[in-house]
Amino acid sequence: MRLTLKIWRQPNSAAAGELRTYQLDDVSEDTSFLEMLDMLNEQLTGTDEEPVAFDSDCREGICGTCGVMINGQAHGPEVTTTCQLHMRSFSDGDTITIEPWRADAFPVLRDLIVDRGAFDRIIQQGGYISVNTGSAPDAHATAVPKKNADRAFDVATCIGCGACVAACPNGSASLFLGAKITHLGELPQGQAERDTRVVNMVAQHDHEGFGGCTNIGECTAACPKEIPLDVISQLNKDLRTAMRHGL
Amino acid sequence: MAVTGLIFVGYVLAHMYGNLKVFAGQDSFDEYAHHLREFGEPILPYEGFLWIARVVLILAVIGHAYSAFKLWHRAAVARKEKYSARRVAKSTLSSRTMRWGGVTLLAFIVFHILHLTTRTITPGSNSDSPYERLVAGFQPERWWLVLIYLVALVALGMHLRHGVWSACQTLGFTNTAASRRRANLAGISLAVIVAVGFALVPISVLFGIVD
Repeated sequence: MRLTLKIWRQPNSAAAGELRTYQLDDVSEDTSFLEMLDMLNEQLTGTDEEPVAFDSDCREGICGTCGVMINGQAHGPEVTTTCQLHMRSFSDGDTITIEPWRADAFPVLRDLIVDRGAFDRIIQQGGYISVNTGSAPDAHATAVPKKNADRAFDVATCIGCGACVAACPNGSASLFLGAKITHLGELPQGQAERDTRVVNMVAQHDHEGFGGCTNIGECTAACPKEIPLDVISQLNKDLRTAMRHGL
Repeated sequence: MAVTGLIFVGYVLAHMYGNLKVFAGQDSFDEYAHHLREFGEPILPYEGFLWIARVVLILAVIGHAYSAFKLWHRAAVARKEKYSARRVAKSTLSSRTMRWGGVTLLAFIVFHILHLTTRTITPGSNSDSPYERLVAGFQPERWWLVLIYLVALVALGMHLRHGVWSACQTLGFTNTAASRRRANLAGISLAVIVAVGFALVPISVLFGIVD
């Protein structure tokens, strides 16, 4: 198929960027979206133009490194990551607009690459449990009810790609935050730091400049892991509990 | 946002109940309005209950608007560079119109108070009977007044549709798929009940059912 690509080009975070238009021919519908960008980059290298910079790593939808805005939708039209999106989701002659995630907390480093260090700093504020190092305890040493284990597992699938922020009209990272809070809060190991976790992580989230959640729900539609909106309710509930405990 | 919003939900339901007294006739409606002023006497002074309600509502409006503008501002600075292409996935129209819809409601409330509370604007009649002011106001020749009220009720319905659901989320009540469905259903039901319940009054006057 033949495609017209409008791609955000920006040499570095200090420079201004713009959408530039490229033509790409002979794209097979079995090509993945990132392979399509690889093809474009080969073409650009041939014409002495800088290749388009984009993030990718595992290319099997599990690492959370890739992610661009495709025609105004985070990760494009399918419920999956950009790397697992295939060109069969598009038609011959389509014009595809490709932009980086837009949030001031995610500054553009170059072209389609943004700095998601803000997520790391939020995790550092409590997205972990403190345990002594040493040999791992037996898996069944602490019993976890199936219901809690299932919910923890479902939300632990969050790969921190940032699509929720990219899709949110408020630029909020509440779905990411809620997924982490719910994941650890459902497990016995997460209880000791439950109150401080939610308070510190929310404070860091706000400090990074993410917007406030208004429960619109665009985040869940964009999430490649289909994290449900109830994690944000859980986040609020945990925050309320922590405040009641005087934090 | 959520707590102040729930105060308004309680208030509009009580307000709607009072309005529907119009169908019980002029005496019943006027007596209800008069009784609101004597409510709680002699423990409360004349209009004491009314003023308690007014102060609570004014504080709630201030809190609600402050939170709303703070969220609005945070959203504006969280994404200064906008997308050139944007597609809405599954958010409701109500959720996307909360801010300007809220501003519309605030403007309407000011108008509504000037119209029927302070009687600064007196379309039709400035009678001491609330019933007469109401009926005179919504006559067919003042269709524009009916239109203002109906537009405001659509805005109120949409605001409630998202607001009730969003308040449940904010208060942490919706931690399962089933409770999320219930919260959404509560939002839709309240929106319809309140919008229709209030709209019955001007529409009934317009068509001469109440005169």
